[in-house]
Amino acid sequence: MPTALILGAGSDIAVAIARHFAGEKYDIQLAARKVDSLYPLQQDLQIRNQVKVESFAFDATDFDSHAAFYAGLPVKPDITICVFGYLGEQEKAQANWSEAARIIHTNYTGAVSILNIVAEDYAAKGAGTIVGISSVAGERGRQSNYIYGSAKAGFTAYLSGLRNRLFHKGVHVLSVQPGFVYTRMTEHLKLPALLTAQPQQVAKDVYKATVKKKNTLYTKWCWKYIMLIIKSIPEGIFKKLKL
Amino acid sequence: MEKRLANWGNYPVISCDETTFTQVDQVEDMISSHSSIIARGNGRCYGDASLATNSVSTLKFDKVLQFDTSTGVFECQSGITLDQILEIAVPKGWFLPVTPGTKFITVGGAVASDVHGKNHHAEGSFSNHIIDMDVITGKKETLTCSKEVLPDLFWATCGGMGLTGIITRVKFGLKKIETAYIKQKQIKARNLDELIRLFEEYNQYTYSMAWIDCLQKGDSFGRGILIVGEHATREELNAQQAASPLSLPDKRPLSVPFNFPSFALNTFTVKAFNWLYYAKNTKREINNVIPYEPFFYPLDAILHWNRGYGKAGFVQYQFVLPLDKKEGLVEILKRISDAGLGSFLAVLKVFGHQDDLISFPRQGYTLALDFPVRKGLFAFLDELDEVVLQYGGRLYLSKDARMKKDVFWQSYPNAQRFAEIVKAYNGDKIFHSVQSERLGIN
Ligand SMILES: Cc1cc2nc3c(=O)[nH]c(=O)nc-3n(C[C@H](O)[C@H](O)[C@H](O)COP(=O)(O)OP(=O)(O)OC[C@H]3O[C@@H](n4cnc5c(N)ncnc54)[C@H](O)[C@@H]3O)c2cc1C
Repeated sequence: MPTALILGAGSDIAVAIARHFAGEKYDIQLAARKVDSLYPLQQDLQIRNQVKVESFAFDATDFDSHAAFYAGLPVKPDITICVFGYLGEQEKAQANWSEAARIIHTNYTGAVSILNIVAEDYAAKGAGTIVGISSVAGERGRQSNYIYGSAKAGFTAYLSGLRNRLFHKGVHVLSVQPGFVYTRMTEHLKLPALLTAQPQQVAKDVYKATVKKKNTLYTKWCWKYIMLIIKSIPEGIFKKLKL
Repeated sequence: MEKRLANWGNYPVISCDETTFTQVDQVEDMISSHSSIIARGNGRCYGDASLATNSVSTLKFDKVLQFDTSTGVFECQSGITLDQILEIAVPKGWFLPVTPGTKFITVGGAVASDVHGKNHHAEGSFSNHIIDMDVITGKKETLTCSKEVLPDLFWATCGGMGLTGIITRVKFGLKKIETAYIKQKQIKARNLDELIRLFEEYNQYTYSMAWIDCLQKGDSFGRGILIVGEHATREELNAQQAASPLSLPDKRPLSVPFNFPSFALNTFTVKAFNWLYYAKNTKREINNVIPYEPFFYPLDAILHWNRGYGKAGFVQYQFVLPLDKKEGLVEILKRISDAGLGSFLAVLKVFGHQDDLISFPRQGYTLALDFPVRKGLFAFLDELDEVVLQYGGRLYLSKDARMKKDVFWQSYPNAQRFAEIVKAYNGDKIFHSVQSERLGIN
């Protein structure tokens, strides 16, 4: 059975992805900061799907620990899905470096640190799939969340470079750009129903995109076109908008 | 985020800020930051029991923690729905010990309403099968309770409509089955007397319930169909079913996409019943072996059938009367049929003995039917309540959206004791619903 590693396994999107892949008979490796909190999910995936599930402690911002974390995995995963992220608070991050640093280090530096290690392994083996969950927020900076957005922009660019490099080694890289998703992180917001995905939809889209070896995925699909429009607004106009 | 929310009856609709959780400490935070909240499962109670300005949705707290396929002990977080449990358990030869007429409810909801099924006379209500459970009370403590440990909290939580706290974990026993099929018998009864005789005659069956046609008068008053059943053994299956006895043929449910004008559903049920009664049932008795789904969940085949009652919504009226008060049943049915406000079909069941703190079931007859909300309805139901009280009966809180406070306090003999336990475990931080305020419980 193939194995999927889920980095940042506590979020709603991660749970949905773990369930979807377990349903497709993947063994699952869950990784998150608080390993104890993963126990219910581990049991759940095992009992529902009769696959093997293990949990590991992983802190995205503890860069020095990443090599040991990956070396310590008893089985190296066939697919690594990088889901962790931190939205943070824009206004706080503008004024307070520790918040800004946390946003940057979780969404960008931490992801680069761990995926560099995974990429080395996959490149050497000439096999494997890497999935990065980035965000449409990385496609254009907006005043309301440009620190998060710029970290995700960095991550998206990293993924496309990684794809370019690893293509020649037989390794596939998928970048995922979710738009609005109904999660605990967004439940206090009023989101437009037509543009907002359920985590299960995101998970299904991600799974399908890995099977089809797609390079980039927008979910819901309409975000591809929304972002095309947003990116085409001339900067002179864009800067005057309150977004 | 604040949104307009209603339960299954689409009445009442209130503004509600609903929050989800995936970890226990998030519930504790919510208790700290709100003066009043209520747990909400899948919103399948009909009325206002899980509605409040602030509600805590358990739907993301839905993990299976343990399933021992040799003993049938099942342990899970409270937000998992029964349909998911069936998907896990049936292929392994286990079934829910008690199930209501829909599988789209959560385990937390099953406990908080102490739900009953068609097997109440034989196997009791859901609480009968609980081994232990965890409840987070208003003091932010997670307390494990059972019939032996903190029994007062246990019994106030079973049927307690969420007022003791948030149920987070439940461990209960499943029931062994050989197949995913039910051997059922449908028997036509010409009138209510015959129907009740049939209930007595067939009381050794594990599952039983009857549909009653509420429109008939005279000799056919209370005509209906009694449906009884047992889990089928392997020998009772036909060759096709026996090929994989624990799995069901795939069927996609239909959905009612929007609110229909309210006459539509009644027309539909009239047709469906008449079809059952005349066309399909030309014989007095039919015996067959069918998948468990249409037997237990005939209404789930049409998702959102509640929208068939239109925008104003509906209430379901369910009461229980003691076994020796059959004349009460006759009187209430007559009133309903004369008023012409109700749905054309009612469901009749017999409850076995149950005597606990605050759960609805008690030995007797229970009848349930729908009433589309319209002018004059609530005054009529208040009159019915008086009749129910007069015969020593009571109403099911899980279906209720309009009962007056006094009716509750007069018909639930342990109401006072229940309110005291709720208070003892919650201090001044309390779990409140629109219903609990209407009934003056806390
Ligand atoms: C078609 C249909 C058929 C039905 N048939 C039957 C039947 O045959 N027998 C029967 O008994 N019932 C029946 N019901 C009613 C239903 O089983 C109950 O109302 C059940 O409680 C609904 O569960 P829920 O998860 O949807 O919870 P909700 O409707 O959201 O809440 C119901 C109550 O449970 C409380 N609650 C929910 N979760 C928790 C928790 N984790 N902790 C504390 N309190 C909690 C709520 O506060 C509320 O008081 C039926 C309902 C429908 C729609």
